[in-house]
Amino acid sequence: MIRAVIVMNTQGKPRLVKFYDFQPPEKQQELIRSVYGVLSERADNVSNFVEADAIFGPGTQLVYKHFATLYFVFVFDSAENELAMLDLIQVFVETLDRCFKNVCELDMVFNFNKMHMLLDEIIFGGQVLETSSEQVLKAVEEIAKLEKSSSAISLVPKSVSARFGR
Amino acid sequence: MNPFSSGTRLRDMIRAIRACKTAAEERAVVRKECAAIRAAISENDQDYRHRNLAKLMFIHMLGYPTHFGQMECLKLIASAGFPEKRIGYLGLMLLLDERQEVLMLVTNSLKQDLNHSNQYIVGLALCALGNICSAEMARDLAPEVERLLQTRDPNIRKKAALCSIRIIRKVPDLAENFMGPAASLLKEKHHGVLIAGVQLCTDLCKASTDALEYLRKNCTEGLVRILRDVSNSPYAPEYDIAGITDPFLHIRALRLMRMLGQGDADSSEYMNDILAQVATKTESNKNAGNAILYECVETIMGIEATSGLRVLAINILGRFLSNRDNNIRYVALNMLMKAVTVDFQAVQRHRTTILECVKDSDASIRKRALELVFLLVNDNNVKSLTKELIDYLEVSDQDFKGDLTAKICSIVEKFSQEKLWYIDQMFKVLSLAGNYVKDDVWHALIVMISNAPDLQGYSVRSLYKAFQTSNEQESLVRVTVWCIGEYGEMLVNNVGVLEMEEPMTVTESDAVDVVEVALKRHSSDIKTRAMSLVALLKISSRFPPTSERIREIVMQHKENVELELQQRSIEFNSIIQRHQNIKSSLVERMPVLDESTYIGKRVGSSQATLPADKSSRPTSGSPGASLKLPNGVAKPPPAPLVDLLDLSSDDVPAPTSSATDFLHDLLGGDLMSPSSSAPSGGAGTDILMDLLSIGSPSAPTDVSIRNTISSNQGNAGEPKTAPASVMDLLDGLPSNSSLPGDKNPIYPSITAFESSTLKVTFSFTKQPGKPQNTMIQATFTNLSSNTYTDFIFQAAVPKFIQLRLDPASSSTLPASGNGTITQMLSVTNSQHGQKALAMRLRIVYKVNDQDKMEQGQINNFPPGL
Repeated sequence: MIRAVIVMNTQGKPRLVKFYDFQPPEKQQELIRSVYGVLSERADNVSNFVEADAIFGPGTQLVYKHFATLYFVFVFDSAENELAMLDLIQVFVETLDRCFKNVCELDMVFNFNKMHMLLDEIIFGGQVLETSSEQVLKAVEEIAKLEKSSSAISLVPKSVSARFGR
Repeated sequence: MNPFSSGTRLRDMIRAIRACKTAAEERAVVRKECAAIRAAISENDQDYRHRNLAKLMFIHMLGYPTHFGQMECLKLIASAGFPEKRIGYLGLMLLLDERQEVLMLVTNSLKQDLNHSNQYIVGLALCALGNICSAEMARDLAPEVERLLQTRDPNIRKKAALCSIRIIRKVPDLAENFMGPAASLLKEKHHGVLIAGVQLCTDLCKASTDALEYLRKNCTEGLVRILRDVSNSPYAPEYDIAGITDPFLHIRALRLMRMLGQGDADSSEYMNDILAQVATKTESNKNAGNAILYECVETIMGIEATSGLRVLAINILGRFLSNRDNNIRYVALNMLMKAVTVDFQAVQRHRTTILECVKDSDASIRKRALELVFLLVNDNNVKSLTKELIDYLEVSDQDFKGDLTAKICSIVEKFSQEKLWYIDQMFKVLSLAGNYVKDDVWHALIVMISNAPDLQGYSVRSLYKAFQTSNEQESLVRVTVWCIGEYGEMLVNNVGVLEMEEPMTVTESDAVDVVEVALKRHSSDIKTRAMSLVALLKISSRFPPTSERIREIVMQHKENVELELQQRSIEFNSIIQRHQNIKSSLVERMPVLDESTYIGKRVGSSQATLPADKSSRPTSGSPGASLKLPNGVAKPPPAPLVDLLDLSSDDVPAPTSSATDFLHDLLGGDLMSPSSSAPSGGAGTDILMDLLSIGSPSAPTDVSIRNTISSNQGNAGEPKTAPASVMDLLDGLPSNSSLPGDKNPIYPSITAFESSTLKVTFSFTKQPGKPQNTMIQATFTNLSSNTYTDFIFQAAVPKFIQLRLDPASSSTLPASGNGTITQMLSVTNSQHGQKALAMRLRIVYKVNDQDKMEQGQINNFPPGL
């Protein structure tokens, strides 16, 4: 199972944080800091895997990829294939890239809830849901369309928006 | 974009937070926003609710408290609009957790939304449920999810399948409800549904054995078909990752195969072909391909595969190891660790490649490879592997040296077949990474050297050489200092030169130089310095010409801030200066350290106890040596018994208690009730005898004890000759061995021991008001016509008695009763009135340089002591 997805910049500022097993906010911040502590000390030419036993408990590993100013970090346990997780990061980033047209850190900052929408279409409760960015984008676009149309509706009286549904 | 115009928008808030230069500014902005949101909540503002919650989620990500927004999530979820619901569910997943009471309130909304006609709203509800579902919710909503597994929309089906996983994890009893629907998911064509379905089956297998049996029976065939289809399918750009078709489905299917095939020969048999196909046909030049191969190998290792398939799998890992990609090497090592237990020989074939990985630039890989190498060591390859590892130790990163050193040491200890090899390897490690060697490791080395008389000369010379080049390695310095202290003359006189050794000339003052360097070295800690002081004292007796120089070095520490060093310095100075006559016997070489006792202790006690007291009691580094000296001379009182008995180690946390415990062990409890132990020859008392003879060079001459009570008269006058020769070790301190002669002896004196050559009488005094304490004055008389030198009296008592020996009046006992030695014993009987005193004694002395020993047991103490 995937335990957490963290996107942070190279200064350690979190940009997207999703824990699939509940962590209180203080604990979340602590975990983010320790992950950053580990990542920031790793050289470029080393493997993408880090044993995360000390941070997330026994049996956990962490895989990360470094893109421009961002670290994409997936934390997972022994039930996942390490190399597949690496590919999943690739899928996630490619999807973001297609969604935002050359994604950059700023896109992520201002659209963090769209990011969540997207992530929820790829990983569902810690399990891989979809690996085709095509499918993910389609789902996200549908949702966005739905939001737009209902936002327009919500400007008119509530009674009207109640009709929305089919 | 945003329909709301008043108040700050989400974008504006993010911008404001980003503009903050300091953490304090950021906190201020967040505080202001939170205050505004709280106000909006209390006004029950509807229009901005979902925007406010979006802001809260951002604030939450930054680590600020947002609990006040939780109820807003519920309100949003209950509202009708899609954007509100979406933000509401998102907030639910991020801000709440399954343990909170609030969550109960959301069950109903979820139920409604799971039955909603809009598939996206159903999707949102499923997603939220999959993230935060509690056991209670699982029971309430399982029927809805089960129904959704059969809806028409594949997007809902796949989400429902993954949601079922969460439900089963929370309530494993529900597994059987999902078996049927899960099995039918495997017949799907839709790729996302298949991935989710296979995953659901895997979790079902974990949750219940019934489900495992059911799926094994019904799905093995379907699963093999899925894998065959996906691996044979032509290029499908949609699910393709780097040219490999749908690696995730591959991996999930392989994983489920592992669950089904584990311990089941039939289904394993059925899978063999497709596994062989995947293992051979998958391209390995891309990460995705390797991910499949990796999973395939794990499955082959996990099921009852044919041996040919297993070899194929291990060879894939072997190829991985030589891959240039760090990630591939890393996972290969991971897998080989698991494979070692399955097929040791096959992994062994890749040993050289694995060894290369120990030298990798990547710390994760190094660590894994080292663990793997450790698993691969056996008697045949230990020498070459150790050599490689030690060679690498020289150039390895500082932060890796600790791990590496620990592993090398444990390999060397575990597999050493000959002492010379062990000693050689340890010396190499000590000189390369002595600072990383744990205390128990070099303690073990010293025990080993002590047990190898023909290698002691070689050891001390090698250490001397090593010290010249790497004296910054703490534990090397310690071992060197210890060895020079013990075997210094072998260094100077080239004793026991081995064939391969190069001749070398070391003068006495060179040896002193080494210890002096160790003592004055800036980085030496108190333990090393204390060991150096003891070594100096020892050398001073081996090399008399250096004595004066050593005294000067020792005296430099008489004002040391460390009390221990200061005290030793003054004592040793006194010994060198004023007690030449006893010095040589005082600092004789330690008896052979008992390996089995040491190993037992090492296993039994945690390592932590070893270092602590070594530093505090440096002389105890040579506890055995005290066997040879008049009791209590070398060190202040309460310890001598400890040193006497605790031969093999120096870890004596609390001298008195440890001493008594030790005795207790020794006496095996027999002496606990002296009445039963009084007849000599009981098993427990024999143990004591054995113990007392450890390290003793002469064979014990057992003498029968004459338990005759004699009158006090014969010895009454003699003690007066003694006090003059009582040594005051600490200069200027008055002798405190007061004579009990002027007090009225209430108890009759006894002859504690008598043989043809020696007589020991005890006279007793008690101080008023302390019935438990007894002062015993032991008087030794020589009945033979030879003078006894190096005379030592030792005593042992059962646990309930505490014994303290004061210094003896002399170590020389004139012949034919022309003088006596007296020694005071202070005994505290903690069970006074219930149990009588009991004591064993041993006397060691030399006649014309011949070692003699006599021993016996005293059971004729007057009653009432």
